[in-house]
Amino acid sequence: MTKSKKGSKLGRITRRTLLVGAVAVAGGAAFGIWQVRRPVDNPLAPESGATLNPYLIIDGDAITIITPRAEMGQGIHTTLAALVAEELDVDWAQVRHWHGPPSAAYYNGALMHGALPVADYAMKGWQIALAETLGAASKVLGLQVTGGSTSTVDAYERMRLAGAGAREALKAVAADRLGVEVAQLRTEAGQVLAPDGTKLPYGELAAEAATRPVPQPALRDPSQWRLLGRSLPRLDMVAKVTGTAEFGTDIKLPGLHCAALRLCPYPGGRVAGFNPDPALAVPGVAHVIDLEDGIGVVARNTWAAMQGAQALEVDWQRGDLPDSIEAMFDRIAEAFDDRRNSRMRNDGDPERAISDASEALELEYRAPFLHHATMEPMSATALLEEGHLTLWCGNQAPRLHQERAARAAGITPEEVTLHSTYMGGGFGRRAESDFTHYAAKLAAALPGTPIRLTYSREEDMAHGFLRPAAIARMRGAVADGRAVAFDAQVAASSVSHQAIARMTGRRMGGPDKGHVEGLFDQPYAIPNYRVRGYLADLDVPVGFWRAVGNSQNAFFHECFIDELAHAAGADPLAFRLAHMRDEHAPSAQVLEAVAEMSDWGNPPEGRAQGVAFCHSFGTPTAQVVELARENGSLRITRAWIACDPGRVLDPGIVRAQMESGLIYGLSAAVTGQITFADGMVEQRNFPDYDALRMDSVPEISVRILENNPHMGGVGEPGTPPAAPALANAVFALTGERVRTLPLSLQFDFRV
Amino acid sequence: MPHDVTVNGTRHSLDLPGETPLLWVLRDELGLTGTKYGCGVAACGACTVLVAGEAVRACALPLADVWDEVTTIEGFGTPEALAPLQAAWVRHQAAQCGYCQPGQILQAAALLAENPTPDDAAINAAMSGNLCRCGTYPAIRAAIHDAAAAMSEA
Ligand code: FES
Ligand code: FES
Repeated sequence: MTKSKKGSKLGRITRRTLLVGAVAVAGGAAFGIWQVRRPVDNPLAPESGATLNPYLIIDGDAITIITPRAEMGQGIHTTLAALVAEELDVDWAQVRHWHGPPSAAYYNGALMHGALPVADYAMKGWQIALAETLGAASKVLGLQVTGGSTSTVDAYERMRLAGAGAREALKAVAADRLGVEVAQLRTEAGQVLAPDGTKLPYGELAAEAATRPVPQPALRDPSQWRLLGRSLPRLDMVAKVTGTAEFGTDIKLPGLHCAALRLCPYPGGRVAGFNPDPALAVPGVAHVIDLEDGIGVVARNTWAAMQGAQALEVDWQRGDLPDSIEAMFDRIAEAFDDRRNSRMRNDGDPERAISDASEALELEYRAPFLHHATMEPMSATALLEEGHLTLWCGNQAPRLHQERAARAAGITPEEVTLHSTYMGGGFGRRAESDFTHYAAKLAAALPGTPIRLTYSREEDMAHGFLRPAAIARMRGAVADGRAVAFDAQVAASSVSHQAIARMTGRRMGGPDKGHVEGLFDQPYAIPNYRVRGYLADLDVPVGFWRAVGNSQNAFFHECFIDELAHAAGADPLAFRLAHMRDEHAPSAQVLEAVAEMSDWGNPPEGRAQGVAFCHSFGTPTAQVVELARENGSLRITRAWIACDPGRVLDPGIVRAQMESGLIYGLSAAVTGQITFADGMVEQRNFPDYDALRMDSVPEISVRILENNPHMGGVGEPGTPPAAPALANAVFALTGERVRTLPLSLQFDFRV
Repeated sequence: MPHDVTVNGTRHSLDLPGETPLLWVLRDELGLTGTKYGCGVAACGACTVLVAGEAVRACALPLADVWDEVTTIEGFGTPEALAPLQAAWVRHQAAQCGYCQPGQILQAAALLAENPTPDDAAINAAMSGNLCRCGTYPAIRAAIHDAAAAMSEA
């Protein structure tokens, strides 16, 4: 097959890389804190300027830092660029950034951190070392994934070393040119400074520096940092407030056509037959294309395409899922009768402790399916020309998307050029590649025509990869004011097993840690502590929803802890602290901080507080939510968050992510649920899948601690404690327990 | 029958069905993609534009019914010349994913045009139709107060 040169800049880059990149990158890889020694190839080969390693292109005055993670709002491009800029000594205003191409060079070394069957907080030194070795496996597999709140952890050393190595290489070239020792040179604002006042801009040194082996300098002590540790102006901010930031749905190309989908409303179903004529009769509609599990309509504009898609007459062949949400929950409950999938925690003898106890509790909880509901519906733009596919889309896993698009278009991944755009929200949804698949299919059906696909909100809502619905059966016992037994069983579909099968075509077996995270790995000292997971045999498409298993499991864990505290006659916050203080100090400290911030125990007249905690993605996070009753309905008035992600690289971004995570979690807890009737998703658009808005969002305070010796993530840990803190506040205010979400089923909420 | 609209000071004559929502005219026919699609049913505010200074959901406004000049985010301010509201947004680092923000900013512009010093209740009343899935509301609220102060000093 021939590869088109036209419109495939990155295709050319990849080939030239072998010539230009090889030397520079061998140096880049020599930054070898990694166990696997084989160098990663530098995928960069800019048309002008020089690349010193996979993270840097210097072209005259322009310093471009490659930020190869998905920017979905979490500010990651800014923090990643700052890591390189800090060591490189460039002015922040000089820095440009580029997501870069899909490449194994940008593997996520921290992704495998979550792979060990051990609670994060309890990881020993050797386990962290092992996780790093597993990170090397991620390198070998070339997993370029944004998820699991891992991006900063992964990049922390790698990208600072990239900056430091480049700086020293530039100095070495300057030293030769000026005939002085490297040690006499300084760097500042993108220039090498000689003792006599001579200034050599990096742009004049870069081409030569790129041909040299890269030195391996020591990293600067954080006390010397100028950029890291401060709230920097985000690199994407001006573009985003002027409407110039480009999302997957904004790509403009000559001859562009717009597309919409009509997908099978029954999960797992397909098209049995259809009549395209009503769609073709819509003014502006040009093509109707069979996609097997749906139909694509291509038109002059998106409105015409959506109208056409709606007008189609289709016979659907249904999948074999249960019809209703009730039948689905029955299926989930059946999992408890099957063999367990995991027992990630099994301390002491809970059976005995519970039967011996004078005060035992046995309760059932339920969490619904949830949709990501990103603000930007799924979208992608694709163009097939002379056998080469160019694709523009926001995505959380470029290499997976590249491969999926190749399969859809019947070409090889090398024949796909992927441009990763900004994302109007990800939250895990854009790790899935359905939209890439459909855009590639449409483009392949219409070679030479650029196709911009936008899901209608209704199609987006009906075709989510949902947070699984789950049931938890909790048993426990208290004695002398303490929990003596905690026994949890949880049943839900496995996100990991389903997603791995979807993404790799391989079935994965074995215990699924993600299924029970948030339950088995919490830092409470309880002598009889058991957590068992059961996988539901239910093929509703499920995916990585913000915080994944922690999102439902923290609700189960922390509501039940509250019930145990109540049974023990203890204050819920003091009860938690009593079990945590000796188990994990940073966790206890966030609880203490949130107690102080919220003036715990003294809510204003007529209001009540609830507390919850979750250690997720390496970051212990505690929240207090305050609730009031106003004119017969409940209103969330204030919320406090204390978290400890270890060393903080950008406090402004951490704060924004914590607020964001809390609001996302509260929104879901109050109104979020996806239900099924007659085999179809019932929710269609924001009016029936709403979220908190300006008038219902509480006043939020955030405190960031830095006692944690390990760096944790920040994009997700704000979400898990939100639902249980709110549910516990509802109990404090009304005396009624919430054991099923969303809360709006049981209470009238002001949203 | 062609329909005439004036957007950001430029007059266009468009040969499209009159019921085509202004949103898609802007995005797909005129290439003004700063106006976003979120729901298509006037429930999220992502598509908010100004018509004669009034905040309007472009997804629910048929082309034939556009009654006056339209201002989109592209006509409101540029990276080189930010409008005061946009500058306040930057000071407060308000955007996360950014997708809702053009709509939020134009909604706030209409609010400040009518009420130069809104209190929290007025901000709630004006802004609650604009959804933000990233939860940037606290920063948006602060940016509106800040912009109001900056604009009244100017
Ligand atoms: S797209 Fe117009 S209000 Fe949502
Ligand atoms: S910033 Fe992402 S939806 Fe508002």
